[in-house]
Amino acid sequence: MTNIQTPICPMPLAHNEKIVLGHGSGGKMMTDLITKTFQPPLANPALDAGNDAGVVQPPPHTKLAISTDAHVVFPLFFPGGDIGRLAICGTVNDVAMMGAIPHYLTASFILEEGLPISTLVKVVDSMQAAAEEAQVQVIAGDTKVVERGKADGLYISTSGVGTVMSGHTVGGECAQPGDVVIVSGTIGDHGIAVLEARGDLGFKTELRSDVAPLNHLVREMLGVSDCVHVLRDPTRGGVASALNEIARQSGVCVTLNESAIPVHPSVAAACEILGFDPLYIANEGKLVAIVGREDAAKILDVMRQTRYGEEAAIIGEVTESPAGRLLMKTALGTTRVVDVLAGELLPRIC
Amino acid sequence: MKYITEYRDAELVKKTISQIQATVTRPWTLMEICGGQTHSIIRHGLDQLLPSEVELVHGPGCPVCVTPLELIDKALAIASQPDVIFTSYGDMLRVPGSHGDLFSVRAEGGDVRVVYSPLDALKIARENPEKEVVFFAIGFETTAPANVMSVLQAQRLGLENYSILVSHVCVPPAIRAILGSPLNRVEGFLAAGHVCTVMGYWEYLPLASEYQIPITVTGFEPLDIAQGILATLEMLENGQVAVKNAYKRLVTQQGNQSAQKIIAQVFEECDRKWRGIGTIPHSGWRLRPEFAQFNAEEKFNVQDIQAEESPLCIAGEILQGLKKPRQCSAFGVECTPEHPLGATMVSDEGACAAYYNYRLGD
Repeated sequence: MTNIQTPICPMPLAHNEKIVLGHGSGGKMMTDLITKTFQPPLANPALDAGNDAGVVQPPPHTKLAISTDAHVVFPLFFPGGDIGRLAICGTVNDVAMMGAIPHYLTASFILEEGLPISTLVKVVDSMQAAAEEAQVQVIAGDTKVVERGKADGLYISTSGVGTVMSGHTVGGECAQPGDVVIVSGTIGDHGIAVLEARGDLGFKTELRSDVAPLNHLVREMLGVSDCVHVLRDPTRGGVASALNEIARQSGVCVTLNESAIPVHPSVAAACEILGFDPLYIANEGKLVAIVGREDAAKILDVMRQTRYGEEAAIIGEVTESPAGRLLMKTALGTTRVVDVLAGELLPRIC
Repeated sequence: MKYITEYRDAELVKKTISQIQATVTRPWTLMEICGGQTHSIIRHGLDQLLPSEVELVHGPGCPVCVTPLELIDKALAIASQPDVIFTSYGDMLRVPGSHGDLFSVRAEGGDVRVVYSPLDALKIARENPEKEVVFFAIGFETTAPANVMSVLQAQRLGLENYSILVSHVCVPPAIRAILGSPLNRVEGFLAAGHVCTVMGYWEYLPLASEYQIPITVTGFEPLDIAQGILATLEMLENGQVAVKNAYKRLVTQQGNQSAQKIIAQVFEECDRKWRGIGTIPHSGWRLRPEFAQFNAEEKFNVQDIQAEESPLCIAGEILQGLKKPRQCSAFGVECTPEHPLGATMVSDEGACAAYYNYRLGD
């Protein structure tokens, strides 16, 4: 009788160095990825329960603010931050801009085949650090893997839930003539830092992205005043686009004072070289606030005492007309329109 | 910021404006040649400070604006080809050709990349030997040295996959065309500081005396422009005809002679069509025949592409200083930066875009 050896199937490779399609298959590899890479740093009871949705108890009689944001950035790591910190802060800030305290986030990952798992670990660790700083929990998540070439390393989409602080009505439609405009610090740092990190500018600066959670700053501001009318984080499109939106939503005119706008010298220099205007460059850790004039000094004072508001400044004011317009009082004392960008911000030829 | 802050100093600008007010006794029409100057004047609102006697008309010195439609169509044709990496300065991507722009070519799968210098395009060519890399070499005298340098380096490196699509134009022939027009209203010129940094201003001396017109080499910051206007007005009020230099920190009469030498080595003079204006004799540069292998028009056989402008667009009259943007019926209606009919609405330096972006309706 032929002695048949017990057949031995080769064990599948663990693939613990790079993402492969199997990590998104719903099977053991995916479970491993979740339990080894995502869960330990982000651990909390709702996430650890391992259910299809995180279940939480909202405080009674509160309004919820809910927001969602997809994060795509190249390179994934840049001076001052990375896509993980960006994914947490972006959504935390969107929720906070409604005068809310963010509590819970969810995160979806689209991973490109071939992404080093060590990169993913670094990104998730960074998310954890940002979530801890913002005092929020990631309570649900999802992972998909796409074929190589179909994503730029990884994309992260996050959603967030927060409770609106009682007694405050904050929104883009709430600006009133007589209000003043405050910015929490220097503008354009994130956009120029990322552009520089791509390495094709041909010059270097000391610049770091400003990516940061602003919810504590917002809480301090709302703690000293009932007259915070509008909060917005001027991300893509910069301060100019954010204030144009607000002017239109509220049917008012916003006039900026060119000399009062804080701009880091490196941002100013890079913009001069490239033909950009810092007003249109993205920020990820700044807010613009439109507040009642009577409380402006008090609000500015409390902002300057917080970590992300040290360089806060009053940069403009709100008037009735021309409604829906953003104007700029130039250093020469003349006035011009600051419009929204037509499309992509493009470097000028000369 | 050194060399910028000082030239934006409000007090110094206002002092110069008072001197202008004290100098002017009658209406004068001046033209700033360069789109960069137009942009700066409107952005800083300098025109709002000038006495009503001084009218500024905006000249043809925006390279994006005057690049002829068929060159854009040629760029689109080349960029659409497989195995081509088409490289360009950023603001050319949005300039509309007859059908679409470079952004739409990219959306359809073309490899179109923004570079900050032609030397970046050269680097891409070295890194992608299996691809043809084309650089869209547009501009006035200012960008010519870098563009010819890329050709000389490609030649030295023996790169066979690099070529440039040339649409170079020169300022002095344009000034001559404006002054030779029976409709001309311009009485004094602010010459473009960056062009003169490269070329000097020796070319302008015969122009000034032939047409009896004062010319001032002028920079780009508010104080530079105010000083250029003042110098030109002083000449006009005194009946003086000369070329003055109000941009001495960068410009000399002879200019950058090394740059002029390599331009002459690689480029030769040619007639050139200007978008909205038409053909101006001897107004452009093209590659010399010995550099034909770097000529993208020949390499990709697109010499025969012709194009027609939108009949609504009056960019030509605007670029010649005959009309202001708001005199165009399409301004802000059919023609906006999102849907530009002509190139003056596309580039930040274009007069129409500057009016649209920075000014409230008059």
